Amino acid sequence: MDFTLSSLLRRKGKNGALLAVYTLIVFLLASVLFFTHALRQEAALVLRDSPEIIVQRTLTGRYAPIPVAYGDRIRGIRGVISVRPRLWGYYYDANFLANYTLVVPGDNPPKQGTIGIGAGISRMREAFEGDTVGFTGFDGKPRSFTIGSILSDESQLVSADLILISEPDYRSLSGIPSGFATDLVLKVKNPKEFTTIAEKITRLLPDTRPIVRNEILRTYDALFNWRAGVIIVIFGVAALAFVIFAWDKATGLSAEERKEIGILKAIGWETSDILLMKFWEGLAISLTAFFVGIALAYGHVFFTSSILFVPVLKGWSTLYPEFRLVPFVDFGHLAAIFFLTVVPYTITTIIPSWRAATIDPDAVMR
Amino acid sequence: MILHPSVLALFVSSLLISLMVLYSAVYGVQILRNWDLSSGSEQQLALERKTYLISTIVSYFLAFQLVSLFLFIYTADSICNLFVGAMCAVGTLTVNGYGYPTLLLKIVNFVLAGLWLILNHADSQGYDYPLIRKKYLFLLLMAPLILAEAVVQGAFFLGLKPDIITSCCGSLFSPTSRGIATEIANAPPLPMLVIYYGSAAVTAVAGVLYLLKGRGGYLFAVLSGLNFLVAMVAVISVISLYIYQMPSHHCPFCILQKEYHFVGYPLYIAILVAGVSGLGVGMLLPFRAVASLRGMIPRLTKRLTLAALIAIVVSTAVATWPVLFTSFSLRG
Amino acid sequence: MIKAHDITKTFNAGRPNEFTALRGVSLTIDLHEVTVLKGPSGSGKTTLLGIVGCMARPTSGRIFLDEREITSLPERFLTGIRRQTFGFIFQQFNLIKGLTALENVMAPAYPTGEKYASLKKRALQTMAMFNLEHKADARIEWLSGGEAQRVAISRALINNPSVIIADEPTAHLDTRLSSEFMAIMRRLKGEGKTIILASHDPIVYDSDLADRVIEMRDGRVVSARENS
Repeated sequence: MDFTLSSLLRRKGKNGALLAVYTLIVFLLASVLFFTHALRQEAALVLRDSPEIIVQRTLTGRYAPIPVAYGDRIRGIRGVISVRPRLWGYYYDANFLANYTLVVPGDNPPKQGTIGIGAGISRMREAFEGDTVGFTGFDGKPRSFTIGSILSDESQLVSADLILISEPDYRSLSGIPSGFATDLVLKVKNPKEFTTIAEKITRLLPDTRPIVRNEILRTYDALFNWRAGVIIVIFGVAALAFVIFAWDKATGLSAEERKEIGILKAIGWETSDILLMKFWEGLAISLTAFFVGIALAYGHVFFTSSILFVPVLKGWSTLYPEFRLVPFVDFGHLAAIFFLTVVPYTITTIIPSWRAATIDPDAVMR
Repeated sequence: MILHPSVLALFVSSLLISLMVLYSAVYGVQILRNWDLSSGSEQQLALERKTYLISTIVSYFLAFQLVSLFLFIYTADSICNLFVGAMCAVGTLTVNGYGYPTLLLKIVNFVLAGLWLILNHADSQGYDYPLIRKKYLFLLLMAPLILAEAVVQGAFFLGLKPDIITSCCGSLFSPTSRGIATEIANAPPLPMLVIYYGSAAVTAVAGVLYLLKGRGGYLFAVLSGLNFLVAMVAVISVISLYIYQMPSHHCPFCILQKEYHFVGYPLYIAILVAGVSGLGVGMLLPFRAVASLRGMIPRLTKRLTLAALIAIVVSTAVATWPVLFTSFSLRG
Repeated sequence: MIKAHDITKTFNAGRPNEFTALRGVSLTIDLHEVTVLKGPSGSGKTTLLGIVGCMARPTSGRIFLDEREITSLPERFLTGIRRQTFGFIFQQFNLIKGLTALENVMAPAYPTGEKYASLKKRALQTMAMFNLEHKADARIEWLSGGEAQRVAISRALINNPSVIIADEPTAHLDTRLSSEFMAIMRRLKGEGKTIILASHDPIVYDSDLADRVIEMRDGRVVSARENS
């Protein structure tokens, strides 16, 4: 065992390069998994507070504003506790190339003419309390608002791009006529009745589409897994390169190493002793790379907020420069990383190390 | 196909392992056809060298197989929310017809690989490769199963389509549905508990007898095999009830989760180890008359018996813990 | 006693570069004697040493070690026998670079699974026999020719073998070191070791140390001469 270590240390250069590449692969892979998983957790947290059932109206399969009057008919369904119309939407800021989320809060809406903005918007537009900011309405005419408050930083992921606005301002900016809302949210007494109530709504109002929260969660899950999967496929190609690299390193035994194994065999080492030595060698390299890579990825994702990925994975907005994910490590992910790195590495090194181990013991004498 | 990281990991590694197994099977055939120990020809020397390679591959396979067995269940568990109606691994595995066959093959292959390594170890102790032919015949029998596992697992993953409505463990094991799973789960709990302890005790006694007197090895092996099956059924039908503290929750997978302190891992691993080493004894006994193994077989079988006994004690202890120390009672 | 009967060794059989290194060699080596294999390079001395020393198996023929046939033992048993019975000294010593002298001496004993502490003690004792104890922690590259030679001999002795096999031990040594080597061999013979040397150096085969000189050419034994 200590012989293995000292023999590893002696070939610092070669093993160092291998270790560095190996660690990098584990690091990237682990970062992706930790990151997407943490995002998924975050999304699940956010959605936990989101309404149980959302009812949207569709016209020819596309989204359309829903008449507030629909709410009264839905309220008549048994099991529905309350129905509330919501007004919200997105606003694209062409000057800053950013998307904001406009929301008319249910309680404590800002006074007409004032808005509350998220910390992200405030930072980007360098706009603070009391300043006046301008927006372009649906008709192309500019409208200006005074910033009444900056939303606090807690849960940045949700509120960074948020703009709280009063109902009249919202309608004048978006052009949605009164009597219509973006969607309706329902409170339901018994979670088990979600599906039944959703069915009843479709029957009652055929031009609506009820969305059950669990359904959203599932879609999110599939989406995040899918994203991680795609990234992994890309990394798979990188890993393949790594495997080839490992193969090359392991087969291309230097003359020195070949001679050394020959000497060991000549002085009384057996093939399985050499295989065992190679096993320890591989184990030492794999474990070091695995744990260092995981630790680095952990630091990367949870302490530096994945600076390397933010632009790649999230992509949909430039507004999230500072947020911290809640550390969460999943055992299954560790196993997946193990199977995607250690197993291919080990398998590619089996044959080369066997080949090295079966050098004829009398080779050094010839 | 669902691009879940663990799915990809299992997929890729099973592919690689199959390649390696195929490779060793090819050499297995060569060894069967051309083996001639008395010859010093280069071909024979090359074949002898290959035996090292193949036993290395199978050893690694066994190690990976154990991890992949649990990762498979874990993955099935963690992606179950993609399927309507699925609440744990059971639901995912029933999404298509390949889920349970994959799991079954994984367990069978684990046991076979374990037995092969025992055989290999015994063979390497004899100075004239006494078991070489049997060993490689065995490998050739095992190889198709390993390949089948990779194929079936691939089919299972490819056939995973979100939004398939499946059933969860509650409905699969509920008395109203029919099928082997239900039969297993609804074995009457209390008699099952008695059978479980009885089988463990009888097996242990046979093992101790073999250790002390050196007799009854076959009996012990057969009992170990039976005990393996009984233990699996018992875990599903009775032990899990105590762990979950619910009179009708029979899921074999939920006990692998954090909520139940991962108790399933030591339990299943101990049951697997006990099964493999017990069966290993029976596999080695026919060879005790082989000249070059005469001294070695009794020693090896006794060590295996000891391992099996320890594993039985561990698994019984793990299983008994909830039976004794939870407030839940089936008698009430 | 080591007996070789009708040994043939062919390399690359069936290929165009087929080459027969030994053709029907038979010989008997008595214990506690010094046997010298003499002959030009390519005469099959080294191949014969390898086969006698259990490093390689002959293509045909049989080998007996103390009446036990070891011809077709699998490698791991052959290695076990080799480890207990033979100590090897190679041309240019073949020490492993980058390791200390002590680690080199200990290397042959690692696979025996002996405890590190007792192994180290034994290695230091062996090295002390050759006045090397102060060089134990020195790297191989830093040793003088004479020291390297003595480390190589210590390594050959670490498993306390009954037979020492040396292949062209003096090929790269000057006269003074060659004589030193022969003096050490004399000492080992005095301790009851069996010694087999392959050499085409007169210092070795003309030495009065050699009990028997076997001359080889083209893979055959040409003549055998008893010195006593």
